[in-house]
Amino acid sequence: MGAYILKQLALAVPTLLLLTFVAFSLTTAARGDPAEIALRQGGNDPTPEQIAAYREELGLNDPIIVRYGRWMLGLTQGDLGRSFLSQREVSKVLGERIVPTLRLGLTAFVVASVFGIGLGVLFGLSANSWFDIVGRWLSLLFAAIPSFWLALLLIVIVAERWRLLPVAGYGNGDPRYMILPVIALACGPAAALMRVTRGAVIEVWRQDYVRTARSHGLREVAIALRHALPNALLPIVTLLGLRFGQILAGAIIIESIFAWPGMGTELNTAISGRDLPVIGAYVLIAGVSFIVVNLITDISYGLLDPRIRLGAGQGGRA
Amino acid sequence: MSLHESLEQPFRPNFSRTIRLSWLNLTWLKRYRALLIPGLILGLIVFAGLFAPLVAPYDPNAIDIGNALSAPSWEHWLGTDQLGRDYFTRVLYGGQTTLFLAGFSTLVVIAIGLAVGLISGYVGGAVDTVISTCLTVLLALPNLLLTLAILGILGPSNQTLLIALIGAGWVGHARVFRASVLSLREQVYIEAAKALGFSPWRIMFRQLLPNLLPTVVVLATLDIGAFLLLISSLSFLGLGSQPPAADWGVMLSDARPYFTQVPMLVFAPGVLITLVVLTCNLLGDAIRDLVDLKR
Repeated sequence: MGAYILKQLALAVPTLLLLTFVAFSLTTAARGDPAEIALRQGGNDPTPEQIAAYREELGLNDPIIVRYGRWMLGLTQGDLGRSFLSQREVSKVLGERIVPTLRLGLTAFVVASVFGIGLGVLFGLSANSWFDIVGRWLSLLFAAIPSFWLALLLIVIVAERWRLLPVAGYGNGDPRYMILPVIALACGPAAALMRVTRGAVIEVWRQDYVRTARSHGLREVAIALRHALPNALLPIVTLLGLRFGQILAGAIIIESIFAWPGMGTELNTAISGRDLPVIGAYVLIAGVSFIVVNLITDISYGLLDPRIRLGAGQGGRA
Repeated sequence: MSLHESLEQPFRPNFSRTIRLSWLNLTWLKRYRALLIPGLILGLIVFAGLFAPLVAPYDPNAIDIGNALSAPSWEHWLGTDQLGRDYFTRVLYGGQTTLFLAGFSTLVVIAIGLAVGLISGYVGGAVDTVISTCLTVLLALPNLLLTLAILGILGPSNQTLLIALIGAGWVGHARVFRASVLSLREQVYIEAAKALGFSPWRIMFRQLLPNLLPTVVVLATLDIGAFLLLISSLSFLGLGSQPPAADWGVMLSDARPYFTQVPMLVFAPGVLITLVVLTCNLLGDAIRDLVDLKR
């Protein structure tokens, strides 16, 4: 088991390195000369010599490898550079936005998992009944509805017309402000999970060991809970990692619509204003968390299924 | 027929081989039933978008302020927008832009994915090691993150959105095609082709490529839907098409303030996006079921 975990960790290293390089390239891909831009602030008109001196001072004349090394060194101390737009430290700009994003994302993740897996199991167990057919069409529909459009409909109908819930904003952590964004964010991933779970349950229900259990006279409930479901849910655990990525990505869109003060909203402002240090830092933070989540799912999958850990199966997304 | 020719027979999709089209007893219709309705709906929408200038009753930019925000009527099937422009016409032209962006990025992404997958999978060796390592690393980042990173460097517009979608989208496909090639190259007919001294290019293009076709068709149909969702989301946020060019995403963000007055302005593009994505998913699933030999 230790060897398996080490192998997964080793696989993550090149990915992490590439990620830091992408993030670093983003921060340096700016149009114009950062030194000149900085000196021109406040209406100053620097001479070419001043700019050259400042470039030297900022270390912009060094080869790219040296700058990358220096940037990595700064990274270890939590230094992500300064925002072009607000001139504030990027770590502060994004740091104060992590908590709202985590609250929204994790809630949506839990809601999507509970509804997706729960309903998927029910549909799978009642395969081809009217209940299952309605559910299948609903999951197809919810996978196709654009989340931003759903958000729009929820805001206008539930919040503006019926006045049941607040329209947008954070409301100092009032949970009522979170209901609509969570629904909009969780719908797509829940639909996907529902589909996969249903398929897995139906597949397992056909297996020989289920028939054997039945021939031994076990009750259907006992077969489902003790034999079928644990086997069906195993592959779904790995898919949860992918759903996490989906929610992370969806949050960029949903947060902006609900004026949720999270990292996604900040990223949108940054892309519109081409604030590359913020974009780079966002890519870095989101990428690292995605890699870590995938690592955890891969390792837990290995723990749960010896075939994966011993390299016999072909599972795992590496 | 010589062995040469039989090896180079054009691809006969599994669905035609297994069912043997018999037009008289209509069993083929039953077989393709699942394709029929989504295919018709999607075809209609694509046709209307493609021939928007012919189908549309008005000029998409003809402003008529006196008639702004009117409800659906015989003259204006979907009403008019805040500038009095005919909304049905706008929706058609918006569909043209949106569908073109989605279709074009799908084509390019599939082409790049095929090229990389074929070379990596068939040539093998050091080339494959390098390519597949790069693919693994790139795949570890969520797709949207790469898209946004590219978009961030290039700045938001229609063209950069395309570049970003393509730049991030080909990676997953390359991996799928590489895996298919790896299993196909063990087939007897590929060995036979090698024994006959065919060049690697000829094997790639005339033996491997046709056999990848079912995978290509399935991935492409699913892609159009996925790209459409992504494009309209990003356009909605102002990261795609810039006004006055209107794709469905831009139209939705423009229509937002007028939702309570004329709900149709928000319903029409949203329903269409949903419909196209839904039909694409249904078609992709149906085609996969048809070509899947295990069934």
